[in-house]
Amino acid sequence: MRVGVVTFPGSLDDVDARRAVTIGGNEAVALWHGDDDLRGVDAVVLPGGFSYGDYLRCGAISRFAPVMTSVVDAAGKGMPVLGICNGFQILCESHLLPGALIRNDHRKFVCRDQRLRIERVDTPWTSAYAAGAEVTIVLKNGEGGFVADQPTLDRLEGEGRVVARYLDHNPNGSLRDIAGISNERGNVVGLMPHPEHAVEDLTGPGTDGLGFFTSLVEKAFA
Amino acid sequence: MARVVVDVMPKPEILDPQGKAVLGALPRLGFDLVTDVRQGKRFELQVDGEITDEVLAEIEKVAETLLSNPVIEDFEVHVEEHSVAEVAHEAGRA
Repeated sequence: MRVGVVTFPGSLDDVDARRAVTIGGNEAVALWHGDDDLRGVDAVVLPGGFSYGDYLRCGAISRFAPVMTSVVDAAGKGMPVLGICNGFQILCESHLLPGALIRNDHRKFVCRDQRLRIERVDTPWTSAYAAGAEVTIVLKNGEGGFVADQPTLDRLEGEGRVVARYLDHNPNGSLRDIAGISNERGNVVGLMPHPEHAVEDLTGPGTDGLGFFTSLVEKAFA
Repeated sequence: MARVVVDVMPKPEILDPQGKAVLGALPRLGFDLVTDVRQGKRFELQVDGEITDEVLAEIEKVAETLLSNPVIEDFEVHVEEHSVAEVAHEAGRA
């Protein structure tokens, strides 16, 4: 599959994301925030970083970038979209996912190898994992606290839309230990930890993140 | 010239770590009276011509669409005859 990775001004992990896409067996295509052309890709990754300097709110300005009009439109038609960290914030600001991400409750930037449980595995991004798989993936954020009102949280839980949950330690004050969620259909996934930094043994805590990038292939051949 | 001011505040039920950090610093500086701090944002928007109901309706839309995130923030719109910066400037000249 051709997987587009969007570069916004201030994106940091776009190159790592493209590399992870390639290692996962897909073709990485660089997309530009100011261009509404998705170049015929089959899926899109919104990478981590500090797009537009996190001005106003994380992801608030990126939401109105020309590329996002096309991404929102394609997501509505079922295209797989994965937002990692800042990408997750952009998906929430775009209303593709419910809730919002606020400053960590302990007020410090966090950077750690984080244990997670993968809870929803029928998405194009997580189908390579066994339900309930416990993995270790890098987490690094300053504003990663997932919040939503109680009815929204109950709906996410009830509909099985919590994709990943923090284990052992809640690193940022996220309600109900939520690390990642999906839309109803499952094609749009937002995740605070960084699977693209956990795809090779040489760097990072291991290769537990690779499943996010190999799932697409399995989906394509399924 | 009139300006429209939009104040954006975190919703009461949303944790405000920045406000908490400010609150935590106050006793260290010897300020003991303040019992809570919430930190928000203030936007001063300059508009051509008169501030009509249509203008205010559009500013409400701006506040709702871009300046605030309704999931975590509330906003208030009001018209001010002089911005804080202008008042300070006038005072400096007097």
